[in-house]
Amino acid sequence: MNLSDPIVYLSLMVFLPALGALALAFFPRGNEEAIRYTTLAVTILTFMLSLGLFFDARGVEFKSGVAEMQDMFSAPWIPSFGIQFLMGLDGISFPLVVLTTFLSILAFIASWSITKHIKAFCILYLLLETGMIGVFMALDFFLFYVLWEVMLLPMYFLIGVWGGPRKEYAAIKFFLYTLVGSVLMLIAILMLYFNSDLTLLNDEQLARAGVFKVEARAQETVAEREARVKAAAQEWRDSEDALAMRFKEITAETDPAKKRQLHTFNILALQHIGQHEDSPFNREAWLGKSIQWWAFVLLFIGFAIKVPSVPLHTWLPDAHVEAPTPISMILAGVLLKMGGYGILRICYPICPAAGYDLAYIVCLVGVVSMVWGAFAALAQNDFKRMVAYSSVSHMGYVVLGLGVWSLGMWSATTPGSFTYNADYWKMGVNGAMFQMIAHGISSAGMFFCVGVLYDRVHHRNLNEFGGIMARMPVYSGFAIVIFFAGLGLPGLCGFIGEVFVVLSVWKYSQLLAVISAAVVILTAAYILWAIQRVYLGAEYKGPHGEALTPMLPREFAIAVPLTVFAIILGVYPQALLNYMQPSVDQQVQQLADWTERFDASREALKKSLGEEEEQVALAVPASLPTTPAALKTSIESSARPAQ
Amino acid sequence: MNLHTLIDSLISDTLQKSLPLFGPELVLCATIVVLLLARVLPLLDRIPPVVIAFVGAVAALIAAVPQEGLASFGGIQSQEIFTGMLVYDGLTAYFKLFLMAFAVLFVILSHLTGIADRDDGQDYFSLVFGATIGMCIMVSSNHLLTMFLGVEMASVPSYVLAGIVKGRRRSSEAALKYAVYGAGAAGVMLYGTSLLAGLLGSAHFPTMVGRLVEFDLPTRIADRELTVMVLALAGLMVGVGLAFKLSAVPFHFWCPDVFEGASAEVGGFLSVASKAAALALLVRVAIGMTYEHPTSDKLGSPPRDVAAIQQSHPELPVQFVAQQRSTDDESTSDPAAEEGPLDPVRSFVVTLIGIVSIVTCTFGNLAAYGQRNIKRMLAYSTIAHAGFMMMPVAAAVALVGMGKTAAASEAIAALMLYATIYLFMNLGAFAIIAFMRNSMQSEEIKDYSGLIGRSPLIAVAFTVILFSLVGLPPLAGFWPKLRVLQALFEANSPLLMFVMVAAAANTALSLVYYLRVAKTMCIDREADGTRPVALGFLQTAFVLAMALPVVLYGLDPERIARWTQQAASGLFQ
Repeated sequence: MNLSDPIVYLSLMVFLPALGALALAFFPRGNEEAIRYTTLAVTILTFMLSLGLFFDARGVEFKSGVAEMQDMFSAPWIPSFGIQFLMGLDGISFPLVVLTTFLSILAFIASWSITKHIKAFCILYLLLETGMIGVFMALDFFLFYVLWEVMLLPMYFLIGVWGGPRKEYAAIKFFLYTLVGSVLMLIAILMLYFNSDLTLLNDEQLARAGVFKVEARAQETVAEREARVKAAAQEWRDSEDALAMRFKEITAETDPAKKRQLHTFNILALQHIGQHEDSPFNREAWLGKSIQWWAFVLLFIGFAIKVPSVPLHTWLPDAHVEAPTPISMILAGVLLKMGGYGILRICYPICPAAGYDLAYIVCLVGVVSMVWGAFAALAQNDFKRMVAYSSVSHMGYVVLGLGVWSLGMWSATTPGSFTYNADYWKMGVNGAMFQMIAHGISSAGMFFCVGVLYDRVHHRNLNEFGGIMARMPVYSGFAIVIFFAGLGLPGLCGFIGEVFVVLSVWKYSQLLAVISAAVVILTAAYILWAIQRVYLGAEYKGPHGEALTPMLPREFAIAVPLTVFAIILGVYPQALLNYMQPSVDQQVQQLADWTERFDASREALKKSLGEEEEQVALAVPASLPTTPAALKTSIESSARPAQ
Repeated sequence: MNLHTLIDSLISDTLQKSLPLFGPELVLCATIVVLLLARVLPLLDRIPPVVIAFVGAVAALIAAVPQEGLASFGGIQSQEIFTGMLVYDGLTAYFKLFLMAFAVLFVILSHLTGIADRDDGQDYFSLVFGATIGMCIMVSSNHLLTMFLGVEMASVPSYVLAGIVKGRRRSSEAALKYAVYGAGAAGVMLYGTSLLAGLLGSAHFPTMVGRLVEFDLPTRIADRELTVMVLALAGLMVGVGLAFKLSAVPFHFWCPDVFEGASAEVGGFLSVASKAAALALLVRVAIGMTYEHPTSDKLGSPPRDVAAIQQSHPELPVQFVAQQRSTDDESTSDPAAEEGPLDPVRSFVVTLIGIVSIVTCTFGNLAAYGQRNIKRMLAYSTIAHAGFMMMPVAAAVALVGMGKTAAASEAIAALMLYATIYLFMNLGAFAIIAFMRNSMQSEEIKDYSGLIGRSPLIAVAFTVILFSLVGLPPLAGFWPKLRVLQALFEANSPLLMFVMVAAAANTALSLVYYLRVAKTMCIDREADGTRPVALGFLQTAFVLAMALPVVLYGLDPERIARWTQQAASGLFQ
C-alpha cells in the first residue's frame, strides 16, 4: 500500500468518505460534536487528497496542459462479468472532482445547523460523497453505473428525513425520476456492451483505453512512442492476464466467419469503437435506426433527467425546495453536473453518428430549458424555487454548449469549398464545461444565501422580504456578488461559460444563438428583481424580523471561498482552462476528424447512388446546407462572427 | 438378460453409483426417523428436537458439498442415477447445496423465533425436512414420474406447515386453501404428464427429446395433425403444475393468502426453498424438452449440423434472419426443410415462459402497491421475483435454439445467482418480520413506523434488504437482475426484447412499494402506543448474518458468480 501508486491514491480519495461513514457507524450515540468534527475532518482530508494532485505531493500528480487520461489504473473487480475497477482523471473529470471535494466541505459546514439524527446524516452524507467522486473518476461503464446508483439511496434519505414539509413527495419524485433514467441507461449499457468488440482497436487505441499500461513521456517522437506501445502490447498479449488470453484467442481466429467478439465495458475503449470507421454500433437495431442511435437516445434521456432538461426537470424544483440547505448545495453544485458530464464523456464520443444526427434536437432541448427555466424563475414567489428554476435555465447552457456541432467553415473566397474547423465547437464544449464549474460555485452559493435567510426568518416568500441590506450588510454584500455571478456579469464566473456557448452556437444556428443570447436578459430580470425584492428596500416587514442577526463565523467561512472563487474564475478563467481545455479540445478534435471521415464516406455514398441523390440529400441534417441558396447564407453567416 | 442379472445390475447401480450421490437426502431421511423416534424413546426425548434437526441439517450440508470442494462444480460430470430417474450434475449439486444451506439457516431461524418449541419441534422439522427431500428430487428429476413425485413430496408437507400454528383461523384457512389449490394443480399436472408419456412413449426426459425429434413436429404442424394440439395441451397442463409451484400468474391466487395466514417463517421457507426448487425443475423440464445432448445416439443429424454451424459463428446477423424465417414458416404452415425438429417445441416453451413471466412480474409488482400487511406485500413481491427468475429460462431455451449453448448456460447461471442472492434477501426479510411479530404482535406495515428510533440496526438491515430486492446497486440484488437482462438481451428475439424492456420497467415499478416500507420505518414518526422492540443478541446476529451478505456480495459477487457459472456449464456438455 503505497500512496504513490495511483490505484491506492485515487481509490483512497473515492472511498475515504465511505470508510469514514463506516467508522462513524460505530460511534456511540450522544456524541454529536465528535461525529460532526470527524465528518468535517474526513471531507477536508478528501479535499486535501484532491489538492495533492496539483502538487505531485505523493508521486501522483495531475499535470496541467495534458490532454490524455492521467493516473489511470485498472484492477479486476468482477472478471466473470467482464467488469473492471478502472479509474482515471483527465481535464474533463478533474475539475469536477475538485469541485465535488470542495463543495462537500462547504456544504457540510452549512449543515452544522442540522440537529436531527446527526449520526445518520453524517453517514449518508459521506456515502453520497463517495458516490459523487467515484462517478467522475470511473472509466468502466459499469463501475460508473454502480457509483451513479450509490448516490440515489443517501440522497433519498437526506431529502426525505431532513427535508421540509413535503419532503416525502419530493424525495420519492427524485428517486423515481433518477431510477427511470438509470434503467434507461442500463439498457443502453447492455446494447453497447453486446455490440462492442475490443479486437477492433489497434495497439495505440488499446493503450489509450488503459487496457495495458504505457507510461506517458513528455519528450518523445511519434515513432518512439509507437515502438514503446507496440512493445507493451506484445508484452500484454504474452502475459497471463485473462483478458489478454481471450484477446489472443479471438484475434488468432483467421476465418472471418468464425470470428467472435470481445465485449467490453471500458468507456475509453467504447469511445474508440464508436469512432471506428466500421463501428459495430452502426448496425441497424429497430425501426431503421442504428444501435448507437437508440443508445444515444436512451443515455441522453437518462442524463437529461439528471441535468435536468425541460421537460424532465420537474423533480428538481420540488427536490430543491424540500431539501435542507446543504443538500440543495450539493444537489445543484455537483449532482446536476453529472448529467452534463455523462453527455460529454459517454453520449457523444461513444455514439458520434447519433449525436451528429440529433445535434439540433439536443441544442433545442438546451435552449428550451434555458427559456423555460428563466420564465419559470420569473414567476416564482418562493426564493428557493426561483433559484432552483435558475439552475434549470443555467444548465440549459451546458446542454446547448455540449450539443453544438459547429464544425462548418465555408470558405469566403471560393464558394462551395468547406473546410473543417472545430475551433468554435471546441469553444462551445469548453464553455459548457466552464459553465458547469461556474454554476457549481454560483448555484451552491445562491442556495446557501437562501438558506442563511431561511435559518433566521423561516420563510422564503420573496414578497415578504426587503431591506435585508440594512439589517445584514456583510451577508448582503456576499449574496449580491454571488447572485451577480449567477447572472453572468462580466468579471464573475458565470460570464465566461455563457459567452463561449452563445458565440459557438452562432456558428451552428443563428436562431438558437439569438434566443440563447436573449435569455441573458431574462436571467438579469429575475435575478435583479429578486435582489431588489430581498436585499433592497427600506426595511424588513416580514415575520421574525428580530431574528435577522449578522452572519456567524461559520457562515462567513462558507461565503468567503465561494465569493473568492466566483471572482477568480471570472477574472482569470485560464486558471481552470489550463487544466480543462487540452482534454476537451482533444475530444472535440477527435469527433471533428470523425465527422470529416463520416461526411466523406457519405459523400462517396451519395455519388455512387446517383439519381437517388435527392433523397439522401434530404436525410442530411439541416445544419449542413445542401442547396446553393442555403450555401450562400451559410457563407455569409460564417464570415460574420469573424469580423 | 434374465431376471437375475437385471436385479444384480440394479443393485450395483443403486448401491455403488446412485446412493453415494444421494447423500444429503439420506441424511435428512435418517434425521426424520430420529425425530419421529424421539417421541417414543425416552432417552431421545430429552434432547431438544432443534438439536437433532440442527445436527441433521449440518450433516446434510456437509454431505451436499461436492467431493472436490466448493470450487469443483464445473468438474461434475452429468450422470443419471437410479436407472435414469434422477440426474446428478452441476445444477443438481449446486441446488442441493443451496437447499441444505437453507435448511441449516431455517433450523436456526425456527429456533430463534421459537416457532418450533419442544412439543411441536419433531413434527415441524420432520415436515420441513420432508419437503426439502421433495425439493431435492425436484431439482434432480430426469423423469416425469420423479418430477411429479418431487412436486408432491415438496407440496404436501408445505400444506401442513402453512397451518402449523394451531388454533389460528387464518392459519387453518391458509392451509386449506393451499391444499385445495395444490390438489387441483397436481391433478391437472398428472393428466398432462400422462398425455406426454402416452404420446411420446416414454417418461424419461432424454428419451422424450429423442422421440420429439423423431416425431417430426414441423411436418405434423404443416399437416395440421391433432396430435400436435394434444402435445401442446399436455405441455400446458404440465406448465400448470409448475406455475402453481412458482406462484406464476394465473396460478398465484393461493400465494398471498397462504403467506398472510401462515407464519412468517413458513413464508420464508415457501418463498425461498420452494421457489428455488420449482425454478430448478422448470429448468429441468424446459431444457430437457428442448435440448438434445449431442452425444446421444439419436438420429437428428440435421439439427446438430445446424447447431454446430450456428455455434461456431454465433454473432452473424444472418442467424437472426434465419430464426425469423423459421417462425414465419410456422405461422404460414409452410413445410420448410431447414427447420429443426425441436424448433416448434422451443418457440412454444419460449413464448409460454416469456409471456407468463412478464405477466407474473408486472402483476406481482402492481398488486403489491395496495398491501397493508407486510407478509402479503412480500407475497406479491415473491410473485414478481418468480416472474423475473423465469425470464432467464426462456432466454436459455431461445439461446439453445440459436446454438449458443455457452450463452444459454450463462442464462441458467443468472437464475442460480438470483436464487442464491434471493435466499439472503428473503430469508432476512421474513426473519425480521417474524422477530417483529414476536416483539410487537403485529405484521401491519403501519406498525413499523419509526422503527429506526426503536431498533436502528433492524431498520437499517431491513432497508438494505428492501433496496436489494428493488435491485439497486451496489447491493447484491442488482447483479442477478443484470445477468437476467443480459441473457434476455443476448437471446435477441423480439419477444425476449420486449420481456427485457418489461423487466427493466418493472424494476422502476417495484421501487415504490419497497420504498414505502423503508419510508415508514425511517422517515415516518413513531405512532403512539406502539410497543417497544426488544431483540435478543442472537436474533440481531441472525438478521445481520442475512443482511451483511447482501452488502458484501453486492460489492464483490465474483465468487458466487463463478460457482454458478461452473455449475451451469455442465448442462450443455
